[in-house]
Amino acid sequence: MSAPNGGGDAAFLQIRDLVKDFGGGAVAVNHVSLDVAKGEIFALLGSSGCGKSTLLRMLAGFETPTSGRIVLDGQDLAGLPPYLRPINMMFQSYALFPHLTVWDNIAFGLKRDGMPKDAIAERVESMLKLVQLGKFARRKPHQLSGGQQQRVALARSLAKRPQLLLLDEPLGALDKKLREETQIELVNIVEQVGVTCVMVTHDQEEAMTMASRIAVMSEGRILQVGAPGDVYETPATRFVADFIGNVNLMDGTLAVDQPDHVVIDCADCRHYVGHGITGTEGMPVTVALRPEKIHLSRSAPADAEFNTARGTIRELSYFGSYTVYQLQLASGLMLKVSQANVQRHRDEALTWGDEAWAHWSRSSQVVLTS
Amino acid sequence: MKHLLRRWLPGGRAVVIGLPFAWLLLFFLLPFLIVLRISVSEMETVQFKDLLTFRDGLLQLTIKLSNYQFITQDDLYFKTYLASLKYAAVTTVLCLAIGYPFAYFMARARATVQPALLMLVMLPFWTSFLLRVYAWKGLLGENGWVADALIALRIDHVLVAAGLIPAAGKFMNTPFSLVIGMVYTYLPFMILPLYANLAKMDLRLLEAASDLGATPFKAFWLVTVPLSKAGIIAGSMLVFIPCVGEFVIPELLGGPQTLMIGRVLWDEFFSNNDWPMASSVAVVMILLIIVPLALFNKYQAEAVERRA
Repeated sequence: MSAPNGGGDAAFLQIRDLVKDFGGGAVAVNHVSLDVAKGEIFALLGSSGCGKSTLLRMLAGFETPTSGRIVLDGQDLAGLPPYLRPINMMFQSYALFPHLTVWDNIAFGLKRDGMPKDAIAERVESMLKLVQLGKFARRKPHQLSGGQQQRVALARSLAKRPQLLLLDEPLGALDKKLREETQIELVNIVEQVGVTCVMVTHDQEEAMTMASRIAVMSEGRILQVGAPGDVYETPATRFVADFIGNVNLMDGTLAVDQPDHVVIDCADCRHYVGHGITGTEGMPVTVALRPEKIHLSRSAPADAEFNTARGTIRELSYFGSYTVYQLQLASGLMLKVSQANVQRHRDEALTWGDEAWAHWSRSSQVVLTS
Repeated sequence: MKHLLRRWLPGGRAVVIGLPFAWLLLFFLLPFLIVLRISVSEMETVQFKDLLTFRDGLLQLTIKLSNYQFITQDDLYFKTYLASLKYAAVTTVLCLAIGYPFAYFMARARATVQPALLMLVMLPFWTSFLLRVYAWKGLLGENGWVADALIALRIDHVLVAAGLIPAAGKFMNTPFSLVIGMVYTYLPFMILPLYANLAKMDLRLLEAASDLGATPFKAFWLVTVPLSKAGIIAGSMLVFIPCVGEFVIPELLGGPQTLMIGRVLWDEFFSNNDWPMASSVAVVMILLIIVPLALFNKYQAEAVERRA
């Protein structure tokens, strides 16, 4: 867990050795420590039941940690009930008050603070403007579309100008097309306001597009923290490699171990990896190779000794901008290969049953030792 | 042939909707019209005169309104209607005050114990209503457990000061015993709709309220209560309406101070044998009950519309 600012002064949000044990065997959150910098959008990514929502609920104050500390801007949050924390949350499927109008939903938190009436009106108007819902102020939540409800929920959670904004599956209730549009919009709004944000999602694309840093969680533990690109390109473990995006995992043994390169023998090919790893010759390792980093051709590449595999195309899925091929190698392993469809019509397009050569560069693999 | 039958026989939908309608028509609207007719009829020894008479080429409609006139003139009726509404209202408020917390904690209880709690609410229905009301006579009478407990706690002095009982230690046949009996009897009718309403409430709304700075009490008052309005109204109607016309409980537990309209109705029918007068009293009572019911239905319809 590296400090986001490269050390120095303490992070804005510090989570230290946090544990939540509901009893009954599994620990929901298991000794988690994290630092989130001011103004950052931080994503907790994991499949359902990994503990990410419990962690978020502890930040909001809905769950009491079994042990550990949460410090926000130097203030320990232990013992503060949710209604006293300078934190607001946008709930999964929004939890808008059905009996109140959009206007009253947004004003709800401000009224609790005993803000003067005209200040409330001013703030609500500016929030409505921010999420472009001015026309809908007098509507009830059920009269709005899913996307509009999502924006009301965002406005409501931002209205009190919280120090920390929590987003629980912020786009989970929207359909795919709307989700993609809203991702950008949401980030723009959050950045415009300049609030520090912790979000929870099971959707890796959502985490990658929205967050400045991602923490991958599994079984209550944090497996890796880093910028989206780092987590994707240099996954630390087999689980992370497999969880984020598509990947081909090939088991092999370390044959040559040099400071500037290593060679790994697998069933179908020999990997030449252009960087050193910490290991000993003969140890079992796993090579992770992303489908888009593999090149597919009918003829054998010039240097067929390393980073080359031959197989038969068993399956192809056309996605418009790219095509995913399933190449069956000699050992029976299915190698996923993704090729961008650069040209409209390719005369020699590969198809079912064709023999093909796959090859990749020495800088495309990641060697996983755990 | 089959097609012809299908066209002429009512479909399943029509039967499902039609049967309760026919039932209400036959056993509510029709009797009501009969009572209404009697209330404006003239008595002729033991028979009612026809409203429409045709004699010497003269068609005559006779509607006798003197009974209704009498109801407005004799303040006995006005007072008893008022007393009925008052006791019904007090009972409703008390049922709500006792029933709401009960329903609330029942709805928040662990899912495994909820059926048992629900069973406890409905358990009294397993014994005869008459028996249960009669039992209060023993409990509140001289040397009754409840009476002794109230005396020991010196609550009877408070009740005397409040004018609910005439003298310390005397609980039976007072407004106090009447209200106890009515609250006891009608409490389940308040709890059940409230429970049904509160149990389906989305608890995340309370979390959202808390997250936005509402204390638990504020969250309850600003979120739970408004969202359970439909349950509050349904429960209140189920208690208020039968309470207005209640006859058995005032008869068994009430006293000279607690004359209610049910008793007056009984006397008109069976002591005075003045059926037109009794019918008029009944018609006014039905109107007193139908007005709040109509308001309730209007509210329900609006709520449904809002949810749609």
